[in-house]
Amino acid sequence: MNILVCISHVPDTTTKIKFSENNTRLDTAGIQWVINPWDELSLTRALELKEKSGSGVQKVSIAHVGPASTEPTIRKALAIGADDAYRVDTEARDAYQVAANLAEVVKSGSFDMILCGIESSDYNGSSVGGMLAEFLDYVSVSGISHLDVENGEVHTTRELDGGCEKLIVPAPFVGIVQKGIAKEPRIAAMRGIMMARKKPIQLVDAADKEPLTVIKEFEPPKPRPACKFVDPENPEELIELLQNEAKVI
Amino acid sequence: MSVLVYTENWDGEFKKLSFELISFAVKLAEEMQTEVVALSVGKTKDEELKKLSQYGVKRILKVENEEVDQFDPQIYAKVLSEVAAREQASLVVMADNNTGKALAPRLSVRMKAALASGVSSMPDSLSPFVIKTRAFSGNAFAVTELPTEVKIVTIAQNSFDLVEKPSEAVIEDAGVDISGMKPKTVVKEVEKQTDQLLLTDAEIVVSGGRGMRSAENWAPIEELASLMNGATACSRPVSDEGWRPHEEHTGQTGKVISPNVYFAIGISGATQHLAGVSGSKYIIAINNDKEAPIFDAAQYGIVGDAAKILPKLVDALKKAKSA
Ligand SMILES: Cc1cc2nc3c(=O)[nH]c(=O)nc-3n(C[C@H](O)[C@H](O)[C@H](O)COP(=O)(O)OP(=O)(O)OC[C@H]3O[C@@H](n4cnc5c(N)ncnc54)[C@H](O)[C@@H]3O)c2cc1C
Repeated sequence: MNILVCISHVPDTTTKIKFSENNTRLDTAGIQWVINPWDELSLTRALELKEKSGSGVQKVSIAHVGPASTEPTIRKALAIGADDAYRVDTEARDAYQVAANLAEVVKSGSFDMILCGIESSDYNGSSVGGMLAEFLDYVSVSGISHLDVENGEVHTTRELDGGCEKLIVPAPFVGIVQKGIAKEPRIAAMRGIMMARKKPIQLVDAADKEPLTVIKEFEPPKPRPACKFVDPENPEELIELLQNEAKVI
Repeated sequence: MSVLVYTENWDGEFKKLSFELISFAVKLAEEMQTEVVALSVGKTKDEELKKLSQYGVKRILKVENEEVDQFDPQIYAKVLSEVAAREQASLVVMADNNTGKALAPRLSVRMKAALASGVSSMPDSLSPFVIKTRAFSGNAFAVTELPTEVKIVTIAQNSFDLVEKPSEAVIEDAGVDISGMKPKTVVKEVEKQTDQLLLTDAEIVVSGGRGMRSAENWAPIEELASLMNGATACSRPVSDEGWRPHEEHTGQTGKVISPNVYFAIGISGATQHLAGVSGSKYIIAINNDKEAPIFDAAQYGIVGDAAKILPKLVDALKKAKSA
């Protein structure tokens, strides 16, 4: 069984987000780029499965859609332990176009399990995994909080609104993962970083697909009014304000 | 032309979210000068379906074939695309919840329909269709144009008011052709939280962070929540420590919620935490560090020791309730 982990390249989660060119572009000055937190967890789980005896997982590959400037993020994933990587050499423009390009990677190889994060922390669309599955006409399982492989059979737990569902999933499929999939993201060790330099990154030609959406500009969230402080000796005042001023309780 | 709303049901029943979807769609359809069609997939009683008409929908389609007993994104996407095509929907609306996240992207590719997810405000304009979507985990909105003929919008829970508009609705079988389609996954077990207010449904949320010090100190948080018919939540380190169950973890890597009121107690307000709660209408912070970033996001705050303040707050609330 071969696993393909789709990796998004996003600003570090503590980055102060700013825009340039009349708020039409993300201002990338000073941004630290990281692997999307969900994808880091998917990769961690994929590697755990590969190491688990009897799982039948032979190889963990990663796929990314982005120009050459994103290669440090790919190298990082290789350093964490992925065996090889595929990069579709084109700018990521929207979820639809990214998914279409990832579909090209899937078609070019032989993968049984394709993992995507529930969302990318930049555009928060929660879309790429489901779109990829539809492009491929594969089964998709969304909201996976637990993933295991036993004797080649895939077991997942899917989160529902108020509960969960345990499923057996036939390969090939697209798994869209969320919290719980792995405890802590695995960190690259020195040896991994050295080895990553020699691991192959295969370039894949971009699909002939245009994005479906166009971002016109970015808007900051509405500024919140300054905080009104209540005397800690008199918390009753807070209840009073919530009842009579905000009228929310 | 029409606006098609996918109204999910939970064991045959609707909840407030379903009515939020209808209210949003009815308002939009008026502006677009078209009609709303609601689609219910899975078994529901007609009297339950009629509840949707309280919010102004006049046509309700249902799909109750046994093929949809199990939620299968492939089959459901086929149902939705067939109905959307037949109803000449120019807009499909659904919730930005687990189901919507599983379904909307598949439908988008199937119909080549542009998708805007996690929407919390009405469109900026209808033609061209421009709407704000959540971006950078709550740090911005992306003003996004959906130029395709059919568009899909998923809306954030608790972002749109219910608007009552009692109407008479006709209920019809959607008559989709899915006979013989079978889910390819096998469900081994289903666990459900019953009788418990879900965090994502709650209008009031009382949340504790590492400043609560230990699991034993949660009683006043639970009490506050229950006095206000709210739910409890927590920051990530709290669920990592096992002080609280993981379903309560809010933030970038946990649940994204937008209640009316969010109490952040002993929570510093890290960007990753705010990513999950910045959509709340009111944030109330209790923290002993007056420099804590949570106060920048809060409308009301108390600087002090939560252990001392909470019991007083519980008493004050009880008094206010009995008054
Ligand atoms: C990739 C990534 C993803 C993350 N995702 C999330 C996420 O989804 N959700 C999340 O919550 N975090 C997330 N984090 C962690 C986040 O960065 C913070 O570490 C976390 O939110 C801090 O939790 P806290 O506020 O409970 O604890 P702390 O930061 O330790 O804050 C505790 C607060 O309690 C106050 N306090 C202490 N004692 C008292 C007292 N007696 N009375 C009143 N106040 C007191 C302190 O002043 C302090 O402000 C993520 C981090 C990373 C790197």
